Amino acid sequence: MINLIIDGIKTSVPDGSTILQAAQKVGIHIPTLCAHPDRNVKSNCRICVCEVEGSKLLQTACSQPVFEGMVVKTRSPKVIEARRIILELILSNHPQDCLNCIRNVNCELQHLAKEYCIRENPFKLKTKGLPKDYSTPAIFRDPNKCVLCRRCVETCTIIQGVGALGLENRGYHTMIVPSMGKNLGDSPCVMCGQCIHACPVGAIGEVEYIDELMEAIADPDTIVVTQIAPAVRVAIGEEVGMKTGEMPMNKLVAALRQIGFDYVLHTNFTADLTIMEEGHELLQRLTTGGILPMFTSCSPGWINFCETYYPDLLDNLSTCKSPQQMFGALLKTYWADKMNIDAKKIFSVSIMPCTAKKYEAFRPEMNASGYQDVDIVLTTRELGRLLRLCEIDFDKVEPSEFDPWMGDYTGAAVIFGASGGVMEAALRTVYEVVTQEELKDVNFTETRGFQGIKEAEVDLNGTVVKVAIANGLSNARKLMDQVRAGESPYHFIEIMACPGGCIGGGGQPITRSNIKREERIANIYIEDEQCAIRKSHENPEIKMIYEEFLHEPLGHKSHELLHTHYHAKNKRLI
Amino acid sequence: MGYKQILDAYKNIPGGMIEAFNAIQDIYSYLPEEAIIEAAKVFNVPVSKVYDVTTFYSMFSIKPRGKNVIRICQSAPCHVAGAAEVVAALERELGIRIGESTSDGKFALETTECVGQCQDTPVITINGKPYMGVTPATVVDILAEYK
Repeated sequence: MINLIIDGIKTSVPDGSTILQAAQKVGIHIPTLCAHPDRNVKSNCRICVCEVEGSKLLQTACSQPVFEGMVVKTRSPKVIEARRIILELILSNHPQDCLNCIRNVNCELQHLAKEYCIRENPFKLKTKGLPKDYSTPAIFRDPNKCVLCRRCVETCTIIQGVGALGLENRGYHTMIVPSMGKNLGDSPCVMCGQCIHACPVGAIGEVEYIDELMEAIADPDTIVVTQIAPAVRVAIGEEVGMKTGEMPMNKLVAALRQIGFDYVLHTNFTADLTIMEEGHELLQRLTTGGILPMFTSCSPGWINFCETYYPDLLDNLSTCKSPQQMFGALLKTYWADKMNIDAKKIFSVSIMPCTAKKYEAFRPEMNASGYQDVDIVLTTRELGRLLRLCEIDFDKVEPSEFDPWMGDYTGAAVIFGASGGVMEAALRTVYEVVTQEELKDVNFTETRGFQGIKEAEVDLNGTVVKVAIANGLSNARKLMDQVRAGESPYHFIEIMACPGGCIGGGGQPITRSNIKREERIANIYIEDEQCAIRKSHENPEIKMIYEEFLHEPLGHKSHELLHTHYHAKNKRLI
Repeated sequence: MGYKQILDAYKNIPGGMIEAFNAIQDIYSYLPEEAIIEAAKVFNVPVSKVYDVTTFYSMFSIKPRGKNVIRICQSAPCHVAGAAEVVAALERELGIRIGESTSDGKFALETTECVGQCQDTPVITINGKPYMGVTPATVVDILAEYK
């Protein structure tokens, strides 16, 4: 242990700790912009500078290791003055349009400007004057706002293994740019949106569709129907001043009605349906010598990734559409018939923890209903904005239930929101279908948790099925490279593009650490425990849709509406 | 030689990407986009990372440029010794400005930081070869070597 004194407080920390870590231990807050609790040290922004006795220059707390007898001052007038100048310099080329910014009041730079009482900036404002990049339907970039912290580059390259973002030039001319300095749409970006969580400012954000929604709500002839994904509920409270997981589902349903949605349904219904289709697809592949391992296909960021980097493995992907797209296809066919509503009048809105879902909804093949199956996709953050825009007071909201035919769900659907959930839900159903016996314990705990790669085995009437789960695309790469090399021992692989699964999706409330992701995961399993039914095949509305409409998993209707095919992306700049 | 062959030759050398790019520039005078994409495959890094390297170092150009790259030192000793007049003479002789290439593809005119030949300023380099004590009058003769 190393002994040191920070702001007069004696402490000891393990050898190799930084000043920042030592300060955190004794409850001293040091501001950071480029440092991130789950990322490497970069010491780019300089805002964490501190005085170290015996050192002429100020040292960056994020990178400076402690030494025996070190005396650090983190809040001396000299330090505060230096931090203010650093902030003024950053602000001197940062557009000052905070009021119009997607990150207004949720911006780390704005927060620091407030904390450090920046009033008049002696440095003349000089912004880059570059155009914003709206080349994808999911994610935009505003290079003018970039503070060059490089957190997005690190996330894209190391955590996600995508490498769509990188640096250009050096020194004063340095910029963060997509591959070859082109638009994001030309880069191999998979639209997972993890860079949005990494960005301390408003340089990257989701493309918003709130205006389109409001237009649809305003039109009396349009019937606005929404589906809401399982990972949204556990996180949406964070947007409206509640704790993670605290938002009751029935209050959220009521709030959506107050916003103006004509019908409120649940993506969980088609999550259960996905299990029916995907579970049977797995069994079919296992029994008929089909291509294995089979990969899950719920995560559109993962699909983009596979189409970009592993086009040779597209046949391993389950042909099942994601729950969002299954829902979209059924809404304008099955549900419209049930409700006696003209499908043409339906405006299908999905609320998702995901940015890649925005892209997925616009895929040209996603029109099995004869219309665009999902018209717009809103992120959890956009839902937060809507709730605030409509001044929803959750203390006063009277609870409400989901509308019929596509609103029932089981605990198996809920856990789709966490990494390993699709696998666990599938195993719950596949086990009972194969063995014709009741599963005594529905909890497959090996599949749970934040760990990047998990594996499990399940005995199905003497056949041992080996499964693996990866979250975060750099982890997916490890499993994919194994498959490509012909060395994969698995039968079934679940991949979620985002760390922690959908609860950590690119559309979730800005998530500054993995601790928050773990909290959301815990809440997903609490909700599962509270569900009366926890196996997809026991969902009464699922039984009904097979009786009345689909007839059987993998049947003709299913193939028409619920299954899809994939295309190699042929991206040049990978 | 194609990009791939050049890149492959440096594949297993530490820092080989930079060496390979120098070799490609010796032939093509710049780094075409296809060479950058190929380098990403050969060195197994994302295109974005290769692009970072190519734009970080001022000796690399990702835009087509003249075959003979003339670089004039813009550091203080050369400046004091009259680099501005040398620049003017070069621009006049070649009919281009700093940052441009001649239409016949023979010359590119760029600036550089100090090349370490301050004993005899101003200094220019052509394809890496330094010329010391350059004056507007000697510019014509130096250029003649490359015409």
